[in-house]
Amino acid sequence: MEGIYFDHAATTPVDARVLEKMLPYFTENFGNANSQHGYGRRAVTAVDAARDTIARQIHAKPSEIYFTSGGTESDNWAIRGAAHALRGKGRHLVVSAIEHPAMLATAKELAKEGFDVTFAPVDEYGTVDLEKLKASVREDTIFIGVMTANNEVGTIQPIAELSAFARSRGIVFFTDAVQAAGSLAINVNDPAVDMLAISSHKFYGPKGVGVLYIRSGLKMGKLITGGHQERSMRGGTTNVAGVVGMAEALKLAQQDMRERAEYVSGLRDRFIRRVLHEIPYVRLNGHPSNRLPGNANFSFRYIEGESLLFSLDLAGIAVSSGSACSSGSLEPSHVLLAMGLKEGEAHGSIRFSFGKDNTVEQVDFAVDRLKEIVVKLRALSPLFPKDCKNEVMEKE
Amino acid sequence: MYTQKVMEAFQNPKNVGEISDYDGMGMIGSEACGDIMQVFIKVKDGVITDAKFKTFGCAAAIATSSTATEMIKGMTVEQALEVTNKKVVEVLGGLPPQKIHCSVLAEQAIKAAIDDYLSKKKA
Repeated sequence: MEGIYFDHAATTPVDARVLEKMLPYFTENFGNANSQHGYGRRAVTAVDAARDTIARQIHAKPSEIYFTSGGTESDNWAIRGAAHALRGKGRHLVVSAIEHPAMLATAKELAKEGFDVTFAPVDEYGTVDLEKLKASVREDTIFIGVMTANNEVGTIQPIAELSAFARSRGIVFFTDAVQAAGSLAINVNDPAVDMLAISSHKFYGPKGVGVLYIRSGLKMGKLITGGHQERSMRGGTTNVAGVVGMAEALKLAQQDMRERAEYVSGLRDRFIRRVLHEIPYVRLNGHPSNRLPGNANFSFRYIEGESLLFSLDLAGIAVSSGSACSSGSLEPSHVLLAMGLKEGEAHGSIRFSFGKDNTVEQVDFAVDRLKEIVVKLRALSPLFPKDCKNEVMEKE
Repeated sequence: MYTQKVMEAFQNPKNVGEISDYDGMGMIGSEACGDIMQVFIKVKDGVITDAKFKTFGCAAAIATSSTATEMIKGMTVEQALEVTNKKVVEVLGGLPPQKIHCSVLAEQAIKAAIDDYLSKKKA
């Protein structure tokens, strides 16, 4: 069997229809969207059209769409821009403990600058604890940031309740919808949010381009200063081919969303069912049902995640480990630790994320290989209890 | 990121298992850190005649366990104490910087197994 890609939460291939739309903007229509001549006009027409398309897809106004270099920049800009613009009003920021590092690391930087940051806890399924978050809010809270769905375990967050609460208190509410876009319908008015981030390469668009939605009238600082691009809010020559591709990818994703989600969650459910039935000492991380359609995250007891990842890679199956070694740090996943997993369990976690081009045959092949690998690595493990049988079950 | 030798040792590790009547056993690391290495040795007339291991850890940890146990077989106890993590890394053709601690673990587990053997011998 050819290579099997089960890492769609990391990135997706560019859809052929998207690539086709992009290609002219690398060659004949290469103009700078800021230039005053015909080349520039052709470029800016394409950028404007992309902005309109994206605005329509997420129910925003075109003037509320700001192009960025991707999810990390959008996250950075959202929290830093709001914190700096509103520092006269207060200095308390609330973000969930399971945000992407792009948020967490920036929040920690802001803490060094004198802001107070609360990292709101989650329950065992990785759902933000609404009551605890509400209780952490103070008179001087200016910003609440919670992702729409988590990138590691796929748990979908109570954004409607959180944004309603934040906005009723006059607190800016931001959601990082990078993992959710393409899988869940995104509508900035339902639930109403102040800011929202998406990234093109998570839904079969190109890398290096994203959007920060900023509700009109919101007081926001800048992150990248420079020219007059993006209504003077974000300097830098517009990635014309990138935004054209992103718009097309988002349009296709929204158009095919129900069908895609049904198909992908079918694969995911088959995979989860087989793994839980056939491999002992496995835990499904994240919410059992309220999770992204393509996400399955497991902890395989007595096995370290990276050795499992490499064994699967050698069998031609690409997955991701939330554990230490793959990321180059020695810390286990902050998401799993926040959910209350022990460090050993967090080290043995693997994320499988399915996409529209995966098949049932690939799922079955992967489960069969996974079973062999788990038995082999457990035979190597000094932690595997001597009185337990190192075996797996037959397929039902 | 890993050399061919590391991947080979990881895929087909040598000396996997336990020695039930071992002369020395050492276990180093913790589940929290993501690496645990257990080494068993059999010693006759001061020479290590057999070595086996069990490892919970990443590909580098498993590869260094295999290589280190392979290296000490046939060595005298004194020679085996000279096997440093550097030498193990050399044999594997290098490790990424963040994985060097895995090789340190292998060195420590061997030392712990030899210490166990020596302390039993005294007693």
